Amino acid sequence: MTVSLPHYLALAAALFTIGSIGVVVRRNALTVLMSIELMLNAANFTFLAFARFPLSASGGVARAMGGHVAAFFVIAVAAAEAAVGLAILLAVFRRRVTTQVDELTLLADAPPAPYDDEPAAGTH
Amino acid sequence: MESLLFYVLGALALAGGLFVVLARNPLYGALGLIGSFFALAGIYAVLGAHLLAALQVLVYAGAVMVLFVFVIMLLNLRDEELGAPRITLAKVGAAAALAVGGVVLIAKVLWKLPGGAAGQVVPVQDLAASPGFGTVREVGRAMFGPWLLPFEMTSLLLLVAIVAAVVAARSRL
Repeated sequence: MTVSLPHYLALAAALFTIGSIGVVVRRNALTVLMSIELMLNAANFTFLAFARFPLSASGGVARAMGGHVAAFFVIAVAAAEAAVGLAILLAVFRRRVTTQVDELTLLADAPPAPYDDEPAAGTH
Repeated sequence: MESLLFYVLGALALAGGLFVVLARNPLYGALGLIGSFFALAGIYAVLGAHLLAALQVLVYAGAVMVLFVFVIMLLNLRDEELGAPRITLAKVGAAAALAVGGVVLIAKVLWKLPGGAAGQVVPVQDLAASPGFGTVREVGRAMFGPWLLPFEMTSLLLLVAIVAAVVAARSRL
């Protein structure tokens, strides 16, 4: 059985599912960010699969290259996301000394337990 | 040949992805992710996207993963900071629900597309053998032609990201 569009799409769907499970289940922010990278790669994969196997006969190669350019943009966005996300992670870790996403509850309803190095009230 | 490459590289990509989610230490997860990215770059080459395969290795497996590994080693998380593994009912339920959704998606993609019944999408052609497909020349023509404005917006996005990363890393949140 020759490999065609459905096989590539199925592999991309499997990678996306694994990434989404990682985002929901894992508590370590680093692992969550890496799972997001996995999901972005799955999206890239579908762009490239549809670029090779287009659903319309018009346009030819020049039109299909739009899919490659879109994948290029996704790579750029993913790089920017990783840089900003990791910078925020570093800043949070410096004060909270944690990377567990369920311990960062400053914006949640209930007030968080006071931190050891918390400055006087009113600075937030 | 294409089938063999697809199945071997696909299995490697999936194994790397699973390793990211299952590894307790993020460093091992990052190594799995690097393997997954390399396997995906191979699959991109099989798909005829030669420029994107090179970019995948350079930007993803190179730059982005160096950043990840650098931060992981900078934080140097100890066991108590990693936290005890906690398996709750909500987590198992969420994972099961997502897995069921993924299986449904895969099944739909695998068994609905090739049917070709009325109203369903089927690929009409395979462009991989077309001259110039996925080369720097053709991708560049598209990027600096109809996609010029999004391309310039990307440069703005990267500039903003650089400034934001510097500001965020220097602040205490």
